[in-house]
Amino acid sequence: MDRTQLLLGLAVALFGLGLLGVIVRRNVLVMLMCMELMLNGVILSLVTFAQQTATTVGAVLVFLIFVVATAEIALAIPIVLLLVRDKRTLDLDAYTDLKG
Amino acid sequence: MIETLLGNLDTLLVVLFALCALVGAALMLVLRQPMRVALALISTMVFLGGIYGLLGVHFIAAFQVLIYVGAVMVFMVYVIMLLEVREHEGVRYSKLLLPGIAGFVLLVGALVISVWRSLPPTAAAKGGAAGSAYGISNFSITFLNDYWLHFELTSVLLVAAVVAALAVIKVSRGPRHG
Repeated sequence: MDRTQLLLGLAVALFGLGLLGVIVRRNVLVMLMCMELMLNGVILSLVTFAQQTATTVGAVLVFLIFVVATAEIALAIPIVLLLVRDKRTLDLDAYTDLKG
Repeated sequence: MIETLLGNLDTLLVVLFALCALVGAALMLVLRQPMRVALALISTMVFLGGIYGLLGVHFIAAFQVLIYVGAVMVFMVYVIMLLEVREHEGVRYSKLLLPGIAGFVLLVGALVISVWRSLPPTAAAKGGAAGSAYGISNFSITFLNDYWLHFELTSVLLVAAVVAALAVIKVSRGPRHG
């Protein structure tokens, strides 16, 4: 087992744990953090693959992904704030009327 | 004995950091309070930054710590402290716990097995040497010569995110104040 396989296995495990957290947890903020964990797993696999090509293109892509993740969290947090201000709870079951 | 250990110190540290990151990620699913979950996620991100540093991509490690731990997670911790909503005692997991775990085991098993089979074991032999191409000067020159348009687009994206966040807050206040 070499380092690339180990890192890709770690990336898969992080992504899977994040996905499991999004599915099973009921707290909205915890679900948001689990999504960040999924993104971290994907970034780890991207860095692992990009390092094999020995070009800087992958690093540029990682930088752009970081910026997009920041923008995403800057939008997601106000939405969660509004939901909590409306319902006074973080529990997901209170938001079933969002189904439309 | 010690020389062999020192020779493989990189790999040893990568394995150690990977284990710590996995433990942090697993703790995120078990802990109840959102603040503790946030701290577990922060530790996972710091260990991932350590792995990036060991791989030779130092500025990605710096980005990981600066942007993720420094900006995103501080924002998250701030919101947790701001909301201060206590989670009710009792149910922590949704009804999908068992199907979720089964799906997790199947997904991770299938992906790990496919990764294991598809990659030749010597693929990473050149990976360690590739770190020198990842110096900050190389990155900066390539970034600002070839990818300046993308760099400008990220600033546009950040401005759009700020405007959108302001709009979300504004829309919610509109009906209440008439």
